[in-house]
Amino acid sequence: MKEGHTKDHAALADDFNQDEPRVNWHDETLWFIREKRDRAAFAIPDWEMLRETASQIKFHTLSNLSQYLEQFEANAKANGITVHWAADAEEHNQIVHSILTKNGVTQMVKSKSMLTEECHLNDYLEQNGIEVIDSDLGERIVQLAKEPPSHIVLPCIHLKKEEIGDIFHQHLGTEAGMSNPQVLTETARQHLRETFLTRKAALTGVNFAIAETGEFVVCTNEGNADMGAHLADVHVASMGIEKLIPKREHLGVFLRLLTRSATGQPITTYSSHFKKPRPGHDIHIVLVDNGRSVQLGREDFRNSLKCIRCGACMNTCPVYRRSGGHSYQSAVAGPIGSILAPNLDMKKHADLPFASTLCGSCSNVCPVKIDIHNQLYKWRQVIVKEGYADPTKTMGMKAMNMVLSSPKTFKLSGKAGRWFMKTVPFLVSNKMNPWYKQREMPQPPKESFGEWYRKNRKTNE
Amino acid sequence: MTVGLFIPCYVDQFYPNAAIATLQLLEKAGVNVVYPMRQTCCGQPMANSGFEHLTKDCNELFVQNFAEFDYIVSPSGSCVLHVKDHLHSEKHEDQAQAIRGKVYELVEFLTDVVKIEKLNARFPHKVGLHQSCHGQRGLGLAQMSELVAPAFSKPEKLLSMVQDLELITLTRKDECCGFGGTFCVAEEAVSVKMGKDRVADHLQHNAEIITGADMSCLMHMEGILRRQKSNVKVMHIAEILNAQEG
Ligand code: SF4
Repeated sequence: MKEGHTKDHAALADDFNQDEPRVNWHDETLWFIREKRDRAAFAIPDWEMLRETASQIKFHTLSNLSQYLEQFEANAKANGITVHWAADAEEHNQIVHSILTKNGVTQMVKSKSMLTEECHLNDYLEQNGIEVIDSDLGERIVQLAKEPPSHIVLPCIHLKKEEIGDIFHQHLGTEAGMSNPQVLTETARQHLRETFLTRKAALTGVNFAIAETGEFVVCTNEGNADMGAHLADVHVASMGIEKLIPKREHLGVFLRLLTRSATGQPITTYSSHFKKPRPGHDIHIVLVDNGRSVQLGREDFRNSLKCIRCGACMNTCPVYRRSGGHSYQSAVAGPIGSILAPNLDMKKHADLPFASTLCGSCSNVCPVKIDIHNQLYKWRQVIVKEGYADPTKTMGMKAMNMVLSSPKTFKLSGKAGRWFMKTVPFLVSNKMNPWYKQREMPQPPKESFGEWYRKNRKTNE
Repeated sequence: MTVGLFIPCYVDQFYPNAAIATLQLLEKAGVNVVYPMRQTCCGQPMANSGFEHLTKDCNELFVQNFAEFDYIVSPSGSCVLHVKDHLHSEKHEDQAQAIRGKVYELVEFLTDVVKIEKLNARFPHKVGLHQSCHGQRGLGLAQMSELVAPAFSKPEKLLSMVQDLELITLTRKDECCGFGGTFCVAEEAVSVKMGKDRVADHLQHNAEIITGADMSCLMHMEGILRRQKSNVKVMHIAEILNAQEG
């Protein structure tokens, strides 16, 4: 068990699996989206070429990141945007707080931004007396439920409409037992309308920032980013430094890929471009590093910064679908989250690269072709070398190595009651033989293949 | 052409019939096969658990055992993929490199190297094919549902040569079964749930037998089927391609 957590991914996934019908429902809901993604992708004959192009644009950008960041900063400033730099989460939160304080704002409306989840901005602002209301419907629901989002695109995909009805009843005054989606949506709409109209500051995330023009693009399906930003006097945009693309003309590639990969839609309902503040209004952009330059320096994991946060790798991941987003204990869950999180805190997230069968489906759906499953394999090697592996596992592996590197011992242990019965792979976390809990053991045959071969074929011994 | 037969540790110990069928299939195809007696394991369980650095001795042994052959063939996609991707040697890196280029999973060896066009086999049963991830996505034995590209399947091609075999279709064509090496114990809950779901897909489409080119996935699904007291059996694809029923 690791510091700061009471349970690791496997234990939380075990809890999640106590309610099997719910696991089925979660799995099927996400699989439905994965299938929509497939249909959208297959409707475009050039899909694989698009992915390759996107991957190369991102690779090029990451290879020249400092240069493009400076270009972006210069152009954004020329457009009248105030640019801030934040080395880490703490600094990001302080910057946002100071902007709000300077403008005398105590209530802010925020559209979806996984970066602010990563920085725990809401908690920080609330501790400093500032009320934040999330305006993305899913985000608002988990915010009311006092839970973190369980998915980067579908924050409350783990909740059923009846549960949402209960939350709305408790916080927004709907009738008890009301779970009609239309009624709930209308309630949320009224509640958020009122919020948009009364907030002087709005925070949005950034999907793409364009170095060439100093503008940025925010994609939403609900138009909530626009409502917030257009009605407020101050617009703060929080952006990870990897969100950059060099040119406007590259946007077409990414906008075609993003929503098809995310939900199977051809394009997001709103792809809003922000370039310069209206007279009397302010736009601030906070460029956040928070571990990204460290990851950029890790050659094996650099490509993870190509991520455009479409969530396709989560929807396709057979483990994510059956363990739920909260089992990852990280703002970004699922396969890509398991690569990003150990970079931020290797000790705390040492379990995540092991929460995968390395089936490779994630790498295939990824619109920017991140070799996700290979990076998970590589993180495992790093985590073990850095000493974050379970000591019993290390002992088991050493014993396994001894047996496997000596043909004689191997043969003897095989004979002595099928050594493998007790070891590969059962030895590894052999508390009460987790294999046998819900599975029968293989039935040992009369003789091994080696023994058969010796009797039936000419051997080379 | 001489082929070195690489039988993964757990196949040797638990599934000798899959190994025997592999050997006989290769022999029937006119290939000269040798099984090096000093082989143990490719080291995959350690490497996938993050202990690749402990696999040096295993690797050296593997190189000693298999360097001399024209090809190395194994009835296990995931072990082959491990060797292809991760086999290295401090002493004989040139030999290790050569091995990485000439190691084949049985199905791809039969379709791509031997180029088998017909089989003398009969198996009058409804069969479900489990496309193991490491074979399918790693070695490219079949097209993957995620990629926008024309469909193909090397194992299906071989199974179509078996007389009276009825291949069932599955709802989720290439979903992982949840074995994943040490994942199957380290993440017991999810692993079992994945296995149960995978098995259920086959059962819903009335499979009598579940087959595949990777015995480890089949071992996992067999454990689940037997716990459910199901009559459905697992068989390695080699056993079906080598079957002479009726
Ligand atoms: S890693 Fe790829 S698939 Fe996953 S969220 Fe990022 S862009 Fe999407």
